[in-house]
Amino acid sequence: MNLHEYQAKELLRAVGVPIPPGEVATTPEQAEGIARKYGKPVMVKAQVHVGGRGKAGGVKYCPTPEAAKEKASAILGMDIKGLTVEKVLVAEAADIGSEAYVGIIVDRATKKPVFMVSAAGGIDIEEVAATTPEKIHYHPVDPRYGLQPFEAMQMGFFLYSDVKQARAAAKIMQQLYQAFVANGCSLAEINPLVVTPQGEVVAVDAKMVIDDNELDRLPKVAALRDESSEEKSEVEARNANLTFIKLDGNVGCVVNGAGLAMATMDLVKYYGGEPANFLDIGGSSNPEKVVNALRIITADPNVKAILFNIFGGITRTDDVANGIVTATKQNPLKVPIVIRLTGTNEELALEILKKNGFSAMTDMDEAVQRAVQLATQSAAEAAK
Amino acid sequence: MSVFIDKSTRLLVQGITGRDGSFHAKQMMEYGTQVVGGVTPGKGGQKFDGTVPIFNTVAEAVQATGANTTVIYVPPPFAADAMMEAAAAGVKLIVCITEGVPVLDMTRVYPYVKERGARLIGPNCPGLITPGESKVGIIPGRICAPGNVGVVSRSGTLTYEVVYQLTRAGLGQSTCVGIGGDPINGTNFIDVLEAFEKDPKTKTVAMMGEIGGTDEQEAATFVKERMTKPVVGFIAGQTAPPGRRMGHAGAIISGSSGTAEEKLQAFRDAGMGVAQRPVDFVALLRERM
Repeated sequence: MNLHEYQAKELLRAVGVPIPPGEVATTPEQAEGIARKYGKPVMVKAQVHVGGRGKAGGVKYCPTPEAAKEKASAILGMDIKGLTVEKVLVAEAADIGSEAYVGIIVDRATKKPVFMVSAAGGIDIEEVAATTPEKIHYHPVDPRYGLQPFEAMQMGFFLYSDVKQARAAAKIMQQLYQAFVANGCSLAEINPLVVTPQGEVVAVDAKMVIDDNELDRLPKVAALRDESSEEKSEVEARNANLTFIKLDGNVGCVVNGAGLAMATMDLVKYYGGEPANFLDIGGSSNPEKVVNALRIITADPNVKAILFNIFGGITRTDDVANGIVTATKQNPLKVPIVIRLTGTNEELALEILKKNGFSAMTDMDEAVQRAVQLATQSAAEAAK
Repeated sequence: MSVFIDKSTRLLVQGITGRDGSFHAKQMMEYGTQVVGGVTPGKGGQKFDGTVPIFNTVAEAVQATGANTTVIYVPPPFAADAMMEAAAAGVKLIVCITEGVPVLDMTRVYPYVKERGARLIGPNCPGLITPGESKVGIIPGRICAPGNVGVVSRSGTLTYEVVYQLTRAGLGQSTCVGIGGDPINGTNFIDVLEAFEKDPKTKTVAMMGEIGGTDEQEAATFVKERMTKPVVGFIAGQTAPPGRRMGHAGAIISGSSGTAEEKLQAFRDAGMGVAQRPVDFVALLRERM
């Protein structure tokens, strides 16, 4: 789960990271009021779950409250990489002397949380990593002991030669690590970490990504989810315990398991079709999940054919068959359906489907080809 | 011969009285796996299915049964503890089926298990099966057949799909290992490839990867430098759209994005066969036998 900048900053402030004050506005007037209250120049920053906001024009410097109103008016409602800006953060503009980067990620290779720090922070940090990797210092942390003060100081001195600044940065890194662990993050970063002309070290922008597997045991963090900033069908799917990603094609796919779901999409494309979605009903399926899956998929007007590809292991194929029957009784299908299922309780499933007028296939390639063909036909008919 | 499990495997089931644990314990027993005990705290002294003794702790179970392998079906909040309990009790092969284990838990479990000399497979994996001998986990036994293709995969159901196609075409398997799709898992592709290289029964290897990370690229390097047996690879997610990524840390650490194309290129560079579709494994493996 991605957090907005303002949410990440709140979590970091709570552990003591120095961050210039800021508040969220949803209207230009609110933005103006916040700027007036601060009595200083502000930054107005789009709050959307996507990188490259600044380059897309979603971050603006505003010397006056009037400017804040004007810029907020331009940014609110703006479309950034397909997401509409609903909120802006109005934050006191920091005087920037230098910009550094400090981030932590759970690293697959070392199987540890790894710090990455660089004195060359700012919006081009990925470019820095690609072209001058020596400017980035990596430091894996032993999660059983946490980040030790001397480790933080080593990284502090990598960033700054001034001992006061190195100490301030070290303290911020320890706080960042504390917040990273306490909030179940898979990523936490401060970019830029700024030294002001007065020599203070402050965090000007922050990002956090929460490991979805942590949300059940961290209800306060889970409550930070902003559903308004997500695709509606994806929210509905998540609430039904399905993993769903909407795509642009016309073959609606219902599959169990992420690997098979991706392989199914690949095969749809291989046979000349376009998948309308990624949908994983997961293991231990029950008929209710299938009902929800069909509802979500058929709500997409682009879908011209539906393809079920179920390989029963922990998933019982008779559960899936019952789900298909129930769902189509509630809401008769307007598009053709191709069902491929095999594995656990397959005979039972085939019987249930047959009794209710469905036919099923057992070969994945045949099923995918059939679904692509039907989608192409019904798309052609609809175009007439 | 086979890798990791065979007829002599003596298995414990942690969470044997739960919904998934009890269902799959029975399936494993029917397959012929020696299930020597179960663990459910508070149910020690009872019997599962009238025959399998249940213990309160893994340590007691190991002492009483001489178990050398365990399979874990406990819910995610308890999975890290279950893996560590098994390692502490001296179990040498720990297979964790549980899906949804927090990755920060795994950063602590991984070194704990390793320091105790145990091999962990998973979490979030389907387990493994040596057809005709033993099955540990949830891979459906009837889709497998004994033979000499070693199968290793990051995915569950995609493994079933490939194994099913192999069996239908008459290509049996030495051992099938699902290593799991989580960012931190106990056993990676290289560990399994190394075991297949050493296993006299395994003649060829089928490997199924996914987009993301660099495990497949590293495995390809291993195949090129250290393996004599032919390997055929597949990558799921060739058409997956790039996600909306936040933050820079992921791009900084991986340098590249772990795309399907990059992985397939690594396979080709290593002289591996590349399956475009699951069904292509059949012909590509046959050519290499």
